[in-house]
Amino acid sequence: MTDNRFFNRSELIGILMLAVLLVVVLPLTLDVFRLNLVAKYLTYAFVALGLVICWGYGGILSLGQGVFFGLGGYCMAMFLKLEASSVENTKIQSTPGIPDFMDWNQITALPFFWKPFNSLTFTIAAIILVPGIFALIIGTAMFKRRVGGTYFAIITQAVAAILTILIVGQQGYTGGINGMTDLRTLKGWDIRPDHAKIVLYFFEVGCLFVCIMIAQFVRHSKLGRILVAMREKEDRVRFSGYSVANFKIFAFCIAAVFAAIGGAMFALNVGFMSPSFVGIVPSIEMVIYTAVGGRLSILGAIYGTLLVNFAKTGLSESFPELWLFGLGGLFIAVVLAFPNGLAGIWGDYVQPRIDRLISSRKSKPDGGWTDSSVADGAPAE
Amino acid sequence: MFGDYSIGDLGSIFVMQGFAGLILFSVYVLMALGLAIIFGQMGVINMAHGEFMILGAYVTWMTSNLFQAYLPGLFAGYFFLAMILAFVASGALGMLVEWVLIRHLYKRPLDTLLATWGLSLMLQQAYRSVFGAREVGVELPQWMLGSLQVTSSIEVPINGVFVMCLTVLITIGVAYVMYKSRWGRQVRAVVQNRIMAGAVGINTEKVDRYTFGLGCGIAGVAGSAFTMIGSTGPTSGQLYIVDTFLVVVFGGAASLLGTIASAFSISQTQSTLEFFMSGSMAKVLTLLAVVGILMLRPQGLFALKVRK
Amino acid sequence: MLIGHQPKDFRLAVSGLTVSFDGFKAVNDLSFYVDENEIRVIIGPNGAGKTTVLDLICGKTKATSGSIQFRSQELTRMKENEIVKAGVGRKFQNPSIYDDLTVFENLEISYPRGRSVFGALTFTRDAAVRDRVHEVAEMIFLKDRLNVNADLLSHGQKQWLEIGMLLIQDPDLLMLDEPVAGMSVSERAKTAELLNRIIKNRSVLVIEHDMKFVEDIAHKVTVLHQGQILSEGTMEKVKNDPKVIEVYLGH
Repeated sequence: MTDNRFFNRSELIGILMLAVLLVVVLPLTLDVFRLNLVAKYLTYAFVALGLVICWGYGGILSLGQGVFFGLGGYCMAMFLKLEASSVENTKIQSTPGIPDFMDWNQITALPFFWKPFNSLTFTIAAIILVPGIFALIIGTAMFKRRVGGTYFAIITQAVAAILTILIVGQQGYTGGINGMTDLRTLKGWDIRPDHAKIVLYFFEVGCLFVCIMIAQFVRHSKLGRILVAMREKEDRVRFSGYSVANFKIFAFCIAAVFAAIGGAMFALNVGFMSPSFVGIVPSIEMVIYTAVGGRLSILGAIYGTLLVNFAKTGLSESFPELWLFGLGGLFIAVVLAFPNGLAGIWGDYVQPRIDRLISSRKSKPDGGWTDSSVADGAPAE
Repeated sequence: MFGDYSIGDLGSIFVMQGFAGLILFSVYVLMALGLAIIFGQMGVINMAHGEFMILGAYVTWMTSNLFQAYLPGLFAGYFFLAMILAFVASGALGMLVEWVLIRHLYKRPLDTLLATWGLSLMLQQAYRSVFGAREVGVELPQWMLGSLQVTSSIEVPINGVFVMCLTVLITIGVAYVMYKSRWGRQVRAVVQNRIMAGAVGINTEKVDRYTFGLGCGIAGVAGSAFTMIGSTGPTSGQLYIVDTFLVVVFGGAASLLGTIASAFSISQTQSTLEFFMSGSMAKVLTLLAVVGILMLRPQGLFALKVRK
Repeated sequence: MLIGHQPKDFRLAVSGLTVSFDGFKAVNDLSFYVDENEIRVIIGPNGAGKTTVLDLICGKTKATSGSIQFRSQELTRMKENEIVKAGVGRKFQNPSIYDDLTVFENLEISYPRGRSVFGALTFTRDAAVRDRVHEVAEMIFLKDRLNVNADLLSHGQKQWLEIGMLLIQDPDLLMLDEPVAGMSVSERAKTAELLNRIIKNRSVLVIEHDMKFVEDIAHKVTVLHQGQILSEGTMEKVKNDPKVIEVYLGH
């Protein structure tokens, strides 16, 4: 273990490789449409990153990450929608100055909980706090009572179902099944043209790297080791004097906040938000991104997300029937054959060979972290 | 919301909605029964359970079409055969899935969830490829369509009563098999201590396979019942899976009685609320109540205090 | 049979302790007292409730009734991690260590600092931690294996590691559930030596079946049978108690 609190040498190389890919290679090789697609995929990478901490390290499988993605996304979308619904823009409505879907549902005044979203500061705070506090409540209720494992997974799934039905059912307040569309400007700056998309892409990549650093910091802190210990022997951790529930709540909250940031990025980059990113199906898909990348690998989660989504876009464009077979097969294959995902394959087969090539004199860079062979690996594209 | 109705009206509404909820209750009970065996007894989270149910529904649909085309004279009785076929088809698929997939994962319950979710996606696509994306509806024989007039303001649908009776019979059968028969003892022995059960001469692989098959088969019968309340499409099963898991968890995973009680309370709450508000809000309120209660009492309605 | 006032100098005072599982009383109206710096060994046939007593003291199982006073704190009302912070350490019957972590990390996690979420985030591996880990590792004969993953240790070494994890917590009451089970003869001797070295300034509660080992270490022995005390006193006295011979030592 090095003294650096964020990464060791091979992790640093992995992070730099990812940075080169996202900051240099992709923007230079892809057109704006494709780059915007990458931006959309990367919003899910925030969720996958959170799941690495919560599920991979903490062993807490949440099937409701779409809830937090949605809460973050809707907070952002509410702000953008209000800005797009200025009195001039909506003067053909029977009540100008409120979002169009409210007008269509015979709502004549802005509901009270929409009003604070006129402020960007409030919105940014809400993106972090609303999902964070929601996760804190669920986590406290469940983990303090020692509910975990499969029960927790089922409950989070139910929460995802409830929120989706609620959003769809209350279309006057939420835009219903279509969601919030036609988002236009951020503080007067148009988010729709190509150059804005490029700026937003780089902004998102920046945020992603901040989150990666936070995740790395958590992983290399003693808290990261306690999470691993907890996953294995919960009782032992308890009898070493730790409140297991608090650590689980922390892991769940940090995953929720990451997911919410991803959701907010989605609203900004893609320009709308809808309940189809909240429910059970998207939530489980987000878990599979993490599983494919490797549930123990921070960087693997990001590659996994990109890879699955590229495959999805590619396959569903050309062979729509094959896509579900492919995705289903991927789930099964990853679980049965590669429980540590791409990062596992990288760590088991690729990394040892590279290590042998590079360092014939030095045996192993550092032996501090036991999962290093698995978790260090940044799978190559 | 109750203000506009007199007490007598409310009574009739509750009874009518209660009977209208009978089929939903039966579907829940049958689905949850299968899941309680698979999840409660074997510890496997079968996310494809809804797809096994839908297989039963498709089998019922095909049987009804075959009878209409070739044996119109016997159409009145097709439903009985359809249910048996649904049980066999779903059960056989279940055993195949156990052999290919589940048996590798008994030590990793959370991973069964992911793998069976993958399976459910593949099954959905398979249904779409074979039966088409359009939803199909089943025609009921004439004798099931009417309703019984109980009092002047209360009438009860015959198919609801019929399905209800079948559900009771199946539940009693399952309870007998799980708690009284030699085979049920073997199942419980394997669940409690796989290695020991193997050591005393129980063929654990066989027990696992048949248990999983039984759970899936019952889901197939649930699919037969399901054809009476909804049309069948490739993704219809997915809508029921979360509800079913909640039913099982709410009842206390290892308790058959709890499963029935919780299926009853959940389906009746929803069905009654549906009279007063939109279907989606009824569902939200029902699910919220269940989740809220589970947060206060995570072990479910019925659970034993055990030494761990 | 709760005694009116608790004498202050008992480190641990268990009185009227009862727990029932679905009507079965695993521990039934149990009372005993452990002095400071005393090594108390609990023996008894299988199912006598020995492990349950430890579970109750460390908070793993909640008592149905009765009280457990540890330095005048009531343990029955506290959570597991609070009981640990109060100074009670517990070793489990099967070695309970973190297989995925190294010996060093196993010991470090048990080091009593940075136990809150925030504390764990900002915890740094400074000289004090390192020195203490090395010191304990030397005591438990694992000095050369600090960077080895714990799952590669032998069964006996795992037992030692868990004892080491307790030592680093520096508890005032150390509870050991069958510390020499599954050990070779030479490992047993080393463990007895280890225990005799680490009991200074603390009370120890041991469950053990190995009578030779019990004679080596025990100050006082408590014999449990069906959740109740059958006999209590020095090893000599207990050994000659006809009731004990009948239910336990006789066969």
